[in-house]
Amino acid sequence: MSTAELLAGWGRTAPSAATVVAPERPGELEAVMAAAGERGLIGRGLGRSYGDAAQNAGGSVALMTGLDGIVDVDLGSATVTVEAGASLDRLMRVLVPLGLWPAVTPGTRYVTIGGAIASDVHGKGHHLDGTFGSHVRSMEVVTPGKGPMTLTPHATPEEFWATAGGMGLTGLIRRATIEMIRIDTAMISVDSVRTADLEATMALMVERDRHHRYSVAWVDCLARGASLGRSIAEFGDHAARDDLPPRLRTRPLEFRPSDSLRAPPWAPPGLLNRWTVAAFNELWYRKAPPRTKGHLVGAATFFHPLDRVAEWNRMYGRRGFVQYQFVVPDGQEDTVRRVVESLARRRCASFLAVLKRFGEANPAPLSFPRPGWTLALDLPAGIEGLGSLLDGFDEKVAEAGGRVYLAKDSRLRPELLEVMYPGLGRWREVRDRLDPERLMQSDLSRRLGGLA
Amino acid sequence: MRDGLGAVGSVVVLGGSSELGLAIAAELCRDRHATVVLAGRRPDALGAASARLVGAGAGRVETVAFDALDTASHDRVLAEAAAAVGGDVDVVVVAFGLLGASGGPGEDATLVAATNYVGAVSAGLAAARLLRRQGHGAIVALSSVAGERVRKANFVYGSSKAGMDGFFQGLGDWLAGTGVEVLVVRPGFVRTKMTAGMKPAPLATTAERVAAETVRALRAGRGVVWVPPVLRLLFIIFRHLPRPLWRRVPG
Repeated sequence: MSTAELLAGWGRTAPSAATVVAPERPGELEAVMAAAGERGLIGRGLGRSYGDAAQNAGGSVALMTGLDGIVDVDLGSATVTVEAGASLDRLMRVLVPLGLWPAVTPGTRYVTIGGAIASDVHGKGHHLDGTFGSHVRSMEVVTPGKGPMTLTPHATPEEFWATAGGMGLTGLIRRATIEMIRIDTAMISVDSVRTADLEATMALMVERDRHHRYSVAWVDCLARGASLGRSIAEFGDHAARDDLPPRLRTRPLEFRPSDSLRAPPWAPPGLLNRWTVAAFNELWYRKAPPRTKGHLVGAATFFHPLDRVAEWNRMYGRRGFVQYQFVVPDGQEDTVRRVVESLARRRCASFLAVLKRFGEANPAPLSFPRPGWTLALDLPAGIEGLGSLLDGFDEKVAEAGGRVYLAKDSRLRPELLEVMYPGLGRWREVRDRLDPERLMQSDLSRRLGGLA
Repeated sequence: MRDGLGAVGSVVVLGGSSELGLAIAAELCRDRHATVVLAGRRPDALGAASARLVGAGAGRVETVAFDALDTASHDRVLAEAAAAVGGDVDVVVVAFGLLGASGGPGEDATLVAATNYVGAVSAGLAAARLLRRQGHGAIVALSSVAGERVRKANFVYGSSKAGMDGFFQGLGDWLAGTGVEVLVVRPGFVRTKMTAGMKPAPLATTAERVAAETVRALRAGRGVVWVPPVLRLLFIIFRHLPRPLWRRVPG
C-alpha cells in the first residue's frame, strides 16, 4: 500500500509530497527499500522532528509506526527489544508498571524508537546519562549497501555511531535493544528555583547539576534589562517509595498520563505574538514559587508537559514555527547571553526557552550534544527578518565552536554544516559503505548538501 | 530545497531578460547564494543580467535557450534548466511577455496573444510537471492588473494577461496538495524598459518593489499578490464601474 501525501515536520514550515509506504511487518523493509526510485527513501516515525528530516520530496517515505511491537523484555538485565516504530509513550505505558524507565526521554513521549536513535535525542538527564544512543545495546538496520546488519557499539562501532544521530541516512532501523533504568515510583521529586537573571541561572545549574539526575531551566526570553534571562530552574530525581504520601504508596508505579486536550484545528496566524507570549511568560514566572523542595510530580508532567495538548503545533497558525536549538562549549556562556539579549531586544515572541547544561559527548559524528550549554527556542516563522536573525546566531554559535541540532533544523546555511559538525567527513565515509548509491535521502539531506 | 523560512537554493527565470523576473531572482538569491538559471531567446545576450545577479548574491548563474512560442520544446528547456541547476528547482518565475504595439490592436496582436497566453500555458504546465516530479517547488507567474479588467487602451495585452492570470490561478488549485505552489503577481504600472516612454500611471511602482512584495508573498504562502497592495482595493471598484465610464478611463 502506498499513497502520495504532503508531509511536513512538527514546525509545519516546508511541506513536500512523497509516496508514503507503511510496512506492516518487519520483514517488509527490504522490499520497501528495493521499490524506492531515484529520489530515494527515508524512514518516518511520528513526525516530531521540527524541520524536514523525515520527509522526502518526490521520493518514498517509509512510515514506520505500524511496526510497534515490543519483542522482548528482560527484567533481569533491564533491557527491552522493540520494533523501531514503537513510541516511547507505548514503551512507558507497558514498562513503567514493571519498574523500568528509559534512561533518556526527550520533551515528548510521542517519538518512535527509530526516530530517537536517528536523531540521537537527549533529555533533562544528559549531564549524567548522555544521549538515547548511549543506551542502545544493539540494533538491526536494513542498509541499502549491505542489507540487514546487527550493529553494536562494541562489534561495529563505526556503523553503530553513524546510525545513531545519522538522521536516518544509513538505512531503515528495524528494531533495537535498549537498556532501561530501574525506578521504584512513577513520580519525580522536584526542587525548583526562581532565578533573577541568566548569570544566576547558569551559576545555579553548574553548582547543582551533579547532585540531580535531571536538570533544566525555563528561560523567559522576553524579560529585559536587569531581569534578562530570568528563569525557573528545575532539578529532579526519581522519587523513592518512601517519598510518596501514603495514598500513593499502594500503586507507586501507576503511569496513565491523560492527554485529553487538543489544540483547535485552526488558529489565527498572529495568535502567538509578542504580547500574548509575554503575558504567558510573565504568568509562568510569577505563578512559580520562589523556591520549592522535594515537590512530587508525575513523571509525565515533569518530562512531557506539552504532551497534554495534542497537536499544540497548530497554535502557530498556517505559517508554522521553527525551533532553534544550539549548543556552545563551556566557557562560551557569553554566546548564550548575547542570543537571549538579542531576542529580548527584538521582542521576538519566543515562548519560554529551554536551557540545559550538557555532559560528555558520545562518538557519533552527527550527534548534537557536546559538553556545554544548549538553548532551545520556539519562534513563529512569520516574524519579519527571522531568517537573517537566526543566520546571525549561527555565525556566533559556529564561532564559539558550537552547533545547531539537525533534528530541529529547517533553515541552516548549508556551508556551516561542516564547520559545526567537524566529524561530517568521517560520517560520510561510513555512510558511503552502508549506502554507496545514496538511496537514503530526505529534504534535510538535499537542503544541506553535506549530508547527501 | 526551500528552507523552513522560505530561503531558496535555486531559481529558474523563463524570460531571462525580463526586468521583473531579474529583480525577483535577485531578491530570492540573496539569502543562500542560490543558483539562478536565466532562460531566454538569446542566451548570449544575458551577460549583463548574469553579472547583475552575481552582484546581488547569486552563487552561480547559468543560461539556457528558451522560446515561448516553441511550445513543443518547453519540457526539454525545463529539463535543461534543472540540469544546469544540478539539483532541485525551487522556484520557476514565468516572466516573459510582450506588450506589442502599446498593447492595442496592432499587427502583432496574435503574437502578443500567442506569447503571453499560449506560451505561458505551455511553459506553466511544463514547470508544473517538473516540480510535481520533485514533490516541491513554486511557480511565480507575472500577471498584470491590465488583466483584471481589460481596458480599451491595451486590450490585446490586457486580455492575454487575463487569460494567463486565470490559467495560473487554476493551475494553483489543480496543484494543491502536491507540494507545488503557484503565486500570481499582479503589478500595476512598473517603470521598466517595457513601459519606457509611456506616461507613468498613478501608483506607478518599481521592479524592486514588485520583487520585495513577491518574495514576501511567496514566504507567506499566498496565492495572489498585488503591487502596490492598494491596487487590490482599487480594482474592487474598477471591476464594477459601468462600461461607458470604464471606456473613458484614460491611458
